[in-house]
Amino acid sequence: MITLPLWDIFAYLLLAARWTLLLSGIAFLGGGIGALLLLMLRYAQPGLGAKFVRLYTELLQGTPLLLQLFLVFFGLPLLGVDVSPLLAAGVALTLYSTAFLAEIWRGCVDATPRGQWDASASLGMNFLQQMWDVILPQALRIAIPPTVGFLVQLVKSTALASIVGFNELTKAGQIVTNATFRPFMIYACVALIYFVMCYPLTFCARTLERKLARSR
Amino acid sequence: MGYQLDFSVLAEYFGLLLKGAGVTLGLTAIAATLGIALSIGGAATARWGLKWARALVALYVELIRNTPFIVQLFFVFFGLPSLGLQLTALQAAVLAMTINLTAYAIEIVRAGIEAVAPGQREAGLALGVGPPTVFFWVILPQAIANVYPALVSQIVITMLESAVVSQIAVTDLTHVADFIQSRTYRAFETYFAITLVYLAMSVCLRWLFARAGQRLFAGRAR
Repeated sequence: MITLPLWDIFAYLLLAARWTLLLSGIAFLGGGIGALLLLMLRYAQPGLGAKFVRLYTELLQGTPLLLQLFLVFFGLPLLGVDVSPLLAAGVALTLYSTAFLAEIWRGCVDATPRGQWDASASLGMNFLQQMWDVILPQALRIAIPPTVGFLVQLVKSTALASIVGFNELTKAGQIVTNATFRPFMIYACVALIYFVMCYPLTFCARTLERKLARSR
Repeated sequence: MGYQLDFSVLAEYFGLLLKGAGVTLGLTAIAATLGIALSIGGAATARWGLKWARALVALYVELIRNTPFIVQLFFVFFGLPSLGLQLTALQAAVLAMTINLTAYAIEIVRAGIEAVAPGQREAGLALGVGPPTVFFWVILPQAIANVYPALVSQIVITMLESAVVSQIAVTDLTHVADFIQSRTYRAFETYFAITLVYLAMSVCLRWLFARAGQRLFAGRAR
């Protein structure tokens, strides 16, 4: 058992929280790109594409993230890829957030009036122009609050990366607990740091939602 | 020479797998029952409670909803013993899952209550029915009907998130997977099969609840 000053423990946890933020950032960026591609696919190919997108979201939202993480962690090596915990967690969380963001954004695109599609089509716009210049800018406005809300979920989900050995905030908490045997205080600190990262986002999402509701 | 997938090794663990699935479903059932019951109290407090009680509920909801489940679980299992509350892994899992689900369900039920027309309550009170009776027999059924799909989703999410309790050695479905792969060295196949079991369970749960919902709320104008 090692005794460490409280401040040292907290500083160590704070440094580890950077990895939580980095992983969240990677997953959000990757997921955003993935979701945008799925969105394009869904509306460009309303038949087969939409079915594929539905299957994808159904699969990823109907299975535990932990198992998805394991599948990536043990599956990529079978394809001959050497996986580090960061790569495994990054890939798994990207796939996961792709599913959720695609679902959220689909709702937002569906919420733009049907006439917008018809009007832009009658102006001779092709699919990409319709999507990029007409539909998405309108969908974006209503998409922001739920997207920020999902970000909270994503930050919390990165905690699972600790299980495949990625040294982010939760893992750091486990490590210091094992060294100092002060689980109550340390996990309370870990929770507090997560709270400080997530609550502003929650607050933001709620404020934006209210603003949007009032503007209608 | 690539890796050959081999699922046949899993066959002999079928019984174990069923047991694990049973534990996962059992945990979910207990947490869902307790969580929904508690959340009704919490939502009623958030709506009509005293100022300090409302603040307390709000604090609880925000604290739980803005921290990861795995940290809550570790806090309950590893942290609470230093307060003298020694829990077995199973008790800790149930407690953490209930705490987590309650926070989300409070928000859902509260939204359901707010969506019930105020005239319903006023009409009940005007008929001389006591406030608790009005709440349980007039407002609550309508509130639950309003948010039934969201509650079902939350229960399924709780079931999926419960995979994490394997980390404190609760012998749930994921823990069974860990055990099988440590015996067979077939990690990918094992986790793939178990993932499919989770998928089947969540699809079945959704379907069952949807059927039950049609029965329970039959004849309601949507």
